[in-house]
Amino acid sequence: MNINLTLIVQLFSFALFVWFCMKFIWPPIMAALDERKQTIADGLAAAERGKREQELAEKRAKELLAETKEQAAELIAQAQKRASEIVEESKGEARSEGQRLLEAARAEIDQEVNRAKEQLRSQVVALAVSGAGKVLAREIDAKAHADLLEELVANL
Amino acid sequence: MAVEGEALTASGYIRHHLQNLTFGQHPDGSWGIAHGAEEASEMGFLALHLDTLFFSIGLAVLFLWFFHKVGKQASAGVPGAAQNFVEWIIDFINENVRGSFSGKNDLVAPLAATLFIWILLQNLMDLVPVDLIPWIATAIGIPYMKVVPTTDPNATFGMAIGVFILVLYYSFKMKGAKGFAAELTLHPFESKNPFVMVLFVPINLLLEGVNLLAKPVSHSLRLFGNLYAGEMIFILIALMYSGGIFIGAFGVVLQWAWAVFHVLIVLLQAFIFMVLTIVYLDMAHQVPDDH
Repeated sequence: MNINLTLIVQLFSFALFVWFCMKFIWPPIMAALDERKQTIADGLAAAERGKREQELAEKRAKELLAETKEQAAELIAQAQKRASEIVEESKGEARSEGQRLLEAARAEIDQEVNRAKEQLRSQVVALAVSGAGKVLAREIDAKAHADLLEELVANL
Repeated sequence: MAVEGEALTASGYIRHHLQNLTFGQHPDGSWGIAHGAEEASEMGFLALHLDTLFFSIGLAVLFLWFFHKVGKQASAGVPGAAQNFVEWIIDFINENVRGSFSGKNDLVAPLAATLFIWILLQNLMDLVPVDLIPWIATAIGIPYMKVVPTTDPNATFGMAIGVFILVLYYSFKMKGAKGFAAELTLHPFESKNPFVMVLFVPINLLLEGVNLLAKPVSHSLRLFGNLYAGEMIFILIALMYSGGIFIGAFGVVLQWAWAVFHVLIVLLQAFIFMVLTIVYLDMAHQVPDDH
């Protein structure tokens, strides 16, 4: 229980221990702690950022989907419109083609009729002429009365 | 247990347990180990308590070696068990320093950590059965052995005076000689009248001087007193083992109960010593702004 030199030795060893702790123990442990703190903070920030980015991407995907749907609907509507247009067009074409064909047929028929009439007429003329010829065998010269006959034909 | 010449009585047993292993100069001029309290006190100031020094320095080296080893391998990744333990202690101390110390000084936290862990380890030596280490020491020829360094006032005063020197140093550094002198002489009595004030200066100096000097004394005696009393009770309980089987069995129960309670004192005293160190240094760093 005596105070003696032990005190001085204790004092100096205490100072030495504190110095050692301050120099060699504190800095590496504090550095590790600070670094870990920084790492965790960075990780949390990155997670937060990732979450926000994901939200953004989800939102964009939704928008894109809606847009695509809209476009598809528009395309379908256009296609339907176009299809009905085409149908209408072809209907019209068919109608006019039919009309044309009809007209052509009619024209042909008319031609045929005319031609037949012409033939008939010339045959009638020939027949009449030959008949008349037979009747007037000697008196009527075909050449001399051609004008008269022509006029007759035109009036038929 | 008792050395030759000392009767195996209760008071002899207690006296033997409270005697440090003292190395010094005998009155006849030769150097050696003191046998008994009288011889030890005759050695005067130039004597060393070998047991105190051995256990306190040994424990400090153990603690510094372990922390240094962990600190060298400390990584910012996932910490291992040892690193986790060390970081837990250091975080706890850092928290305390941050809570009580308002200045900025890189010395305070390592100082507090060294004090807390070192004192805690020294105090924990109290939980080793009182007779175990002295018995081993006697077996290898060492007559005295006091295993708890903090029951030696030399150890507690050594630390408290170390802290006190730092308090004085930072008081001068932060406040300047004038500010420190003003703090010691211009409080607590103040007067607007210069003549009255001159009268107050010595009174203030006396009061503040006592206040200042009481710090290291109370700082160290608090730790010493608590641990000394604790060890004293362990010794008294150990005495019961020689009082027959019933008293001995009761002694076992008492020793266990006191050890459990003592864990609290051991921790608390180390913590109080650390907190007081931080508070004293905080006071030394505070520059009064009302002058």
